[in-house]
Amino acid sequence: MIMKKSIQEIIFDLSNHLILLFWAIITIYPLLYVLFSSVSDAGRLMSHRGLLLYPLGIKFEAYKRVFENPMILRGYMNTFIVVFGGTALNLMMTCLAAYFLSRKNVLWKNTVMVMIVITMYFGGGLIPSYLVVTGLGMRNSLLALIIPGAVSAYNIIVMRTSFQTIPASLEESAFLDGASDFSILFRIILPLSKSMLAVVALWYAVDHWNAWFSAAIYLTKRELYPIQLILREILIQNADSQEIYKMTIGAGEQDEAQVAETIKYAMIIIATVPILCAYPYLQKYFVKGVMIGSLKG
Amino acid sequence: MSREILPEIVPEKPLLAIFHRISKDFKKNWFVYLMVLPVVTYYLIFYYVPMYGIQIGFKDFNIAKGYSGSPWVGLKYFKMFFDSFYLWRVLRNTVLINLYELIFSFPAPILFALLLNEVKNRRFKKYVQTISYLPHFISTVVICGIITNFCVSDGLINDIISLLGGERNSLLQNVKYFRTIFIASGIWQGLGFSSIIYFAAISAVDQELYQSAIIDGASRFRQVWHITLPSIKPTIIILLILNIGGFLNVGFQKIILLYNPATYEVADVISSHVYTYGLQKLNWSYGAAVGLFNSVANLILLIAANRVSKKVSEISLW
Repeated sequence: MIMKKSIQEIIFDLSNHLILLFWAIITIYPLLYVLFSSVSDAGRLMSHRGLLLYPLGIKFEAYKRVFENPMILRGYMNTFIVVFGGTALNLMMTCLAAYFLSRKNVLWKNTVMVMIVITMYFGGGLIPSYLVVTGLGMRNSLLALIIPGAVSAYNIIVMRTSFQTIPASLEESAFLDGASDFSILFRIILPLSKSMLAVVALWYAVDHWNAWFSAAIYLTKRELYPIQLILREILIQNADSQEIYKMTIGAGEQDEAQVAETIKYAMIIIATVPILCAYPYLQKYFVKGVMIGSLKG
Repeated sequence: MSREILPEIVPEKPLLAIFHRISKDFKKNWFVYLMVLPVVTYYLIFYYVPMYGIQIGFKDFNIAKGYSGSPWVGLKYFKMFFDSFYLWRVLRNTVLINLYELIFSFPAPILFALLLNEVKNRRFKKYVQTISYLPHFISTVVICGIITNFCVSDGLINDIISLLGGERNSLLQNVKYFRTIFIASGIWQGLGFSSIIYFAAISAVDQELYQSAIIDGASRFRQVWHITLPSIKPTIIILLILNIGGFLNVGFQKIILLYNPATYEVADVISSHVYTYGLQKLNWSYGAAVGLFNSVANLILLIAANRVSKKVSEISLW
């Protein structure tokens, strides 16, 4: 059957494409603006008004100044410790919980399940949780950014759903060969759930990378600050915070404000690039993860 | 599995039977229990101890005296909250922000998914999709940093406003714009990623339905209206219930990053109030009391939304 497009249909298609194109531009442009500004010449950027369609000159001075600041490198170190340590702990806890919940014939399984699910809908709240964490002596320790978020109920359920799709016969034959639960989990189930493992690891890692609130409430020592907290100081709290002031030293008095501006943009790029670089490769996993999560309803 | 042992013991000594069952299960499964022990311990410490700690909302809590040593004061702190000048302010802001999110932020990803689904060019579709997911991965701090930067009086947005003949002003200091900025930036960041779940639902729609609709001469719009939309209705309703269940939870991290004394009047919500009074001013009991009010109200809303949905559409969370 040959279908002819009616005029209505053509108009529909055209406006649909235009709307979506417009949305894509709106989404990407602020990021491009930040990127262009970060490499622009500080003086020219200051006097420029309106949209930027290309960088005003190419200068990496702002980046150089950011990387010369020991506080920023320190922040990166702290963030990396939390991302790697935290994600490792997250994965271990998630797999252990999911393995338990995917067993058959275990008496207390539903009790544990209910115990976990309740926390998705009700909790003690900010203050009581804060008192527990500080009561355990985790104030001013990176552990406060890792241990209180050791596992997420949602990810446990997603992981369990994935474990349940593995044929039981595989495990049964391993049991008959005398394998322990531990080796069943590590030798049979996990190798078969690699892509799910990747999805969940990415979710956790991105969360750790982006987290700032627990750092803000549990840490007072500046040398423990993760990168996000330093960013908050520089980008939001105040333009004349001491870190940015330190970085503009030597720019000449009138130029300090100008350089400070490009430094802010450079900081945004530096803090975002690791995730954005990995993004194209990770995207399909994220999408897949959302789909699996949605199946459980 | 334990059925064969039940008949002989149950009639006389049910307790013993239960005990027998437990110990038999434990003997068989002790290793998996050992494996789940860290998880259970974690939940007890970081979720159930705080629930036990809710009692400080009914006490004059003092860290030195601890949970049990602090004296009971009944509903003192709840009354304090209900009598305070903040009650109206934080309730109004919480409800308004959520209402705006429900009206603008909730349908946006659905619309986006429907529009994108109508695009036949695969490449274009993929590019738009990839770009639209991108902001989801940028941290709250960076997003708020960009917003702050764009909204200052000589920032990008004001440049555009003044080009269009408007007056420059510091947008984040202005009570008129705070909520708009909050909602709009939320849509900007979340629209693409939230639409994934709807794409998943749309891709599951039976293609034959469209074939027969085309034969019947249904226009594209009618196909969307009569086939696609009803097919993804369950997904929409589930997400709506969850949304209403979190009605009194605003993304307060973004609020405390963006607000300032000039905009407290329109930006302060229940959770940011808990944060400022509980953690910054160290009124533990007051903070816990307001927090409890918030969680209970949320739970009631969730249950109510779920019940209504069960009646109206037979779709339910549990």
